[in-house]
Amino acid sequence: MPPFEVNKTFDEINAKIKAGEAVVVTAEEMVGIVRENGPVAAARKIDVVTTGTFSPMCSSGAFINFGHTNPTLRASKAWLNNVPAYAGLAAVDIYIGATEPAEDDPLNKVFPGGFRYGGGHVIEDLVAGRPVRLKAWGYGTDCYPRRDLEKEITLQDLPYALLCNPRNCYQNYNCAINLSDRTIYTYMGTLRPHGKNATYCSAGELSPLMNDPLYKTIGLGTRIFLGGGIGYITWHGTQHKPGALRADNGTPRRAAGTLMVQGDLKQMSPRWLKGVSMQGYGNTMAVGVGIPIPILNEEMAAYTGVADDEIFTQVVDYAHDYPNGIAHNYGEVSYAQLKSGQIEVNGKMVPTAPLSSVVRAREIAETLKKWITAGDFLIEKPIRTLPSE
Amino acid sequence: MYTRIYVLKFPKQITDQPIICNLVKKYDLEFNILKAAILLQQEGLLVLQLKGYKTNVDQGLAYLRQQGVQVESLASTIRRDDEKCYQCGACTGICPTGALSIHRPDMAVIFDPDRCTGCGLCVTVCPVRAMEVSLNQTVLNSQAGTAIAG
Ligand code: SF4
Ligand code: SF4
Repeated sequence: MPPFEVNKTFDEINAKIKAGEAVVVTAEEMVGIVRENGPVAAARKIDVVTTGTFSPMCSSGAFINFGHTNPTLRASKAWLNNVPAYAGLAAVDIYIGATEPAEDDPLNKVFPGGFRYGGGHVIEDLVAGRPVRLKAWGYGTDCYPRRDLEKEITLQDLPYALLCNPRNCYQNYNCAINLSDRTIYTYMGTLRPHGKNATYCSAGELSPLMNDPLYKTIGLGTRIFLGGGIGYITWHGTQHKPGALRADNGTPRRAAGTLMVQGDLKQMSPRWLKGVSMQGYGNTMAVGVGIPIPILNEEMAAYTGVADDEIFTQVVDYAHDYPNGIAHNYGEVSYAQLKSGQIEVNGKMVPTAPLSSVVRAREIAETLKKWITAGDFLIEKPIRTLPSE
Repeated sequence: MYTRIYVLKFPKQITDQPIICNLVKKYDLEFNILKAAILLQQEGLLVLQLKGYKTNVDQGLAYLRQQGVQVESLASTIRRDDEKCYQCGACTGICPTGALSIHRPDMAVIFDPDRCTGCGLCVTVCPVRAMEVSLNQTVLNSQAGTAIAG
């Protein structure tokens, strides 16, 4: 540990929060504070920086226990509003994945498919309080004789519902273009031919893992804003790749860290969990996540002061390079350039469009700020930080 | 590339014919069904977005009329459901007229109906289908039956 000039502990920060004395700002506000005062003075002044992100996040879903019936059933197959859920867990435990399309969806048979309803929409309907049709089938056993079940369920009536997302909150992501001569439909949206548009998917300076790029305060047990309620980081996410190429300020220049998060679905809201249809690609769910970062020292102040013009990503061709697993890029661009509306690729100006909502990311950071300032939300010290190499 | 939305009304005698299939094959057009409805007495109503070269679209429409389909162009009837829209900005990359644009530096997504030509491209690009084709009264006045949202 290098000797810092400012040294605060989680306990000291939490004591200030409880006393209503903590100074909390959003990651956007922190940029100016660090630029004006420098990291040491900023660390003295600020206790917590809040972040946020709201965008489609694949690898999301929910564990649901729908309760025992009379006579009893051991579900082998289950559907929620005709979207298949995984039933190979226990008698009445199922997992509904966000990217699962409805069973009768025409998929990409008429290209590009619309993917109007999938697992993400089921979860949104549940948190909105709308009734969802449960269908289950079992082969019948002595202890579970029942074969079929069909009934309406609501989130309120369910004995247990846990949002459990094995990979959320990607720390940086590609900027996508299409250099072929036909329109392509991808998880990065619709890309016009000959590199006529580019899409990107990060909140940049507001994004949680951009503000603690080496996971010094974030890890197992961190309390977060999740889907409008309170959730926790419970592991690093699938495809967590801390060793990705990084800039001097610690932020990754490629897709890097990810988080596994979970929380009680019953306290979440449809404003922050939204079923998503990506034309020609499939279903997923937009998830709102926000993480508070304790400013323990000047190093954390410097990290959270990072600005869009200091965060970079690579431009990748999604027509040929990406589907063929070719590690090639068409240069790097900063989030300041991406958010300006155009970037330069191969000497040509290309208009950009985001998939990640900055307006909603800011709203999450502001909400977390309110919760912490009101003394309702304490900063949890992680039991174990995320792997950083 | 030319994109427009049309409201097609199929008299009941021809609802079983592969007219749309022929339209797409013969005139090299791409299409998206934005809304479909069955009207009273099994008359069919389809809100269709056609994409292709303008000459092909024109010839395709002539073919439809020949088959007895009533064709109306549907302009400026796109609206945004602000409850659904989560201000991501994905639609701004595809809107050809700037009717959907990003306000900087706050990154709010603005919809200006006055600049919208009703091309409908945003309808299927929006991840939460916040951009909607609203059928106006003249289109619906023959409809007392049930509409099935497409
Ligand atoms: S793509 Fe849809 S959700 Fe996103 S800004 Fe446009 S209308 Fe709103
Ligand atoms: S808002 Fe833009 S993309 Fe949508 S219908 Fe109007 S002109 Fe077309």
